[in-house]
Amino acid sequence: METFFFWSFAAIAVTASVLVVGQRNPMYSVLLLILSFGALSGLYVLLRAPFVAAIQIIIYAGAIMVLFLFVVMLLNAPTETPPGEQPRRIGGAGPRRFGAVLSALLGIQLFWAISHIAQAPLPGDERGAPGVDVIGLRLFREYALAFEATTVLILVAMVGAIILARRER
Amino acid sequence: MAIDPQLVAQIGLIVVVFHMLLASAAVLVYMERKVAAFIQQRYGPYLVGPRGLLQPIADIVKLMFKEELRPKAADTLLFYAAPILAATAAFAAFAVVPFGTETTLFGLLDEPIKLAVADVNVGLLVIFAVTSMGVYGIVLAGWASNSKYALLGGLRSTAQMISYEIAYGLSFAAVIMLAGSLSLREIVDGQQGYWFGFIPRWYIFLQPAGFLIYLIAGVAETNRAPFDFPEAEQELVAGYHTEYSSMSFALFFLAEYVNMVTVSAVATDLFLGGWHGPFLPEWLGWVWFLIKVFALLFFYIWMRWTLPRYRYDQLMEFGWKWLLPAAVLNLLVTAFVVVWQL
Repeated sequence: METFFFWSFAAIAVTASVLVVGQRNPMYSVLLLILSFGALSGLYVLLRAPFVAAIQIIIYAGAIMVLFLFVVMLLNAPTETPPGEQPRRIGGAGPRRFGAVLSALLGIQLFWAISHIAQAPLPGDERGAPGVDVIGLRLFREYALAFEATTVLILVAMVGAIILARRER
Repeated sequence: MAIDPQLVAQIGLIVVVFHMLLASAAVLVYMERKVAAFIQQRYGPYLVGPRGLLQPIADIVKLMFKEELRPKAADTLLFYAAPILAATAAFAAFAVVPFGTETTLFGLLDEPIKLAVADVNVGLLVIFAVTSMGVYGIVLAGWASNSKYALLGGLRSTAQMISYEIAYGLSFAAVIMLAGSLSLREIVDGQQGYWFGFIPRWYIFLQPAGFLIYLIAGVAETNRAPFDFPEAEQELVAGYHTEYSSMSFALFFLAEYVNMVTVSAVATDLFLGGWHGPFLPEWLGWVWFLIKVFALLFFYIWMRWTLPRYRYDQLMEFGWKWLLPAAVLNLLVTAFVVVWQL
């Protein structure tokens, strides 16, 4: 049963992610990304980490993607050029070489990760991932500095957003 | 293959809950029309069946036989997916709401089952997650219709739901601190017993401000009057569901009522002691639960027919400048009291 769910969620996540890049309507891309996040959340449930699963939906699928959707809807972005026409080349030779190097690096990383998969520690023990209390204590004791740094980062982003929004008056 | 009675009972429970939710939407339609009529000194529906009791059924039959219309410029797939998404999210949110104690169904089962579709230890977060998915149904309906009124309605509802979700979540958080758990079942069980022998230990008495914030934010989350901007008829015809007809429209309607039931049920579990109450034996706790939920639903309807709709800028100002700071303050005070055991 668990294997069945694993494979269905995994299949949905991979297919949806490929389609996000693969099809040309930006609105559908956003929705497929949400679907992929939902499937990931299902995988977290299978790992017995319901907290992470719920947070995945609330933060990514709920909060962030709504903003993406907003932007796509308000800009009313047109469908990208159909495959028949000659697509416009984005950037010159430099950015494209940089992109090639980046994707090669990512490929090597992926290959390394998959070949070392047997040595990877299992997440959590038999009872599953730690609960909310453990995560909370860790966050506010061991990782307090990182946590506070993130809050400052978000504050800066908030102030920046307000300044950008006000400038138009 | 041996049939596990536990599993059969659980599946039965799911079927019962699903149909109770459907039925509650029908009951609410009747209740809304009758209460509205009472408030406006009319009779309300009285022709179909005794005292108009069959009116919801007549409404459903009418909706089923209506023509399914779709604007030419609409995005076909999303246009039909949106109402399904809205209704699915509404039903799914109720899945983690517990509504009674454990029961063996009069000894039919060896082990007691819990009266809830799913007993999740992060239940509150799941409700929060699923309701935030409900926004997509409305936004997509607005966008896919390719109509300006629908799009404006969809945008408004998103802005409104995002704005009030924060206050909504913070009012949860105060209760979570008091109960020390994210599980709705444990939160309800923390409200057993009485103070001084007669005041029930409900969190509404410890969190009156939290309850008020929850109610207000809940009304905004479910897009009900006086916060029903996504469908403000004077400005937007019918908002996000302007272009919908027949059963697709009915699904939005259903989603709205089921969301109301869920918000009331969660309020009952969080603040009103869930299924705990005097006079009734423990195994009849779900009766108390139903009474409390319907009292809250009545309050909802009462409010809709009493208060006029706000202006949109007033709604945003109220949400961000008053409700959110009030929720933060409430949370801070609660945290002080909990930490120092005052």
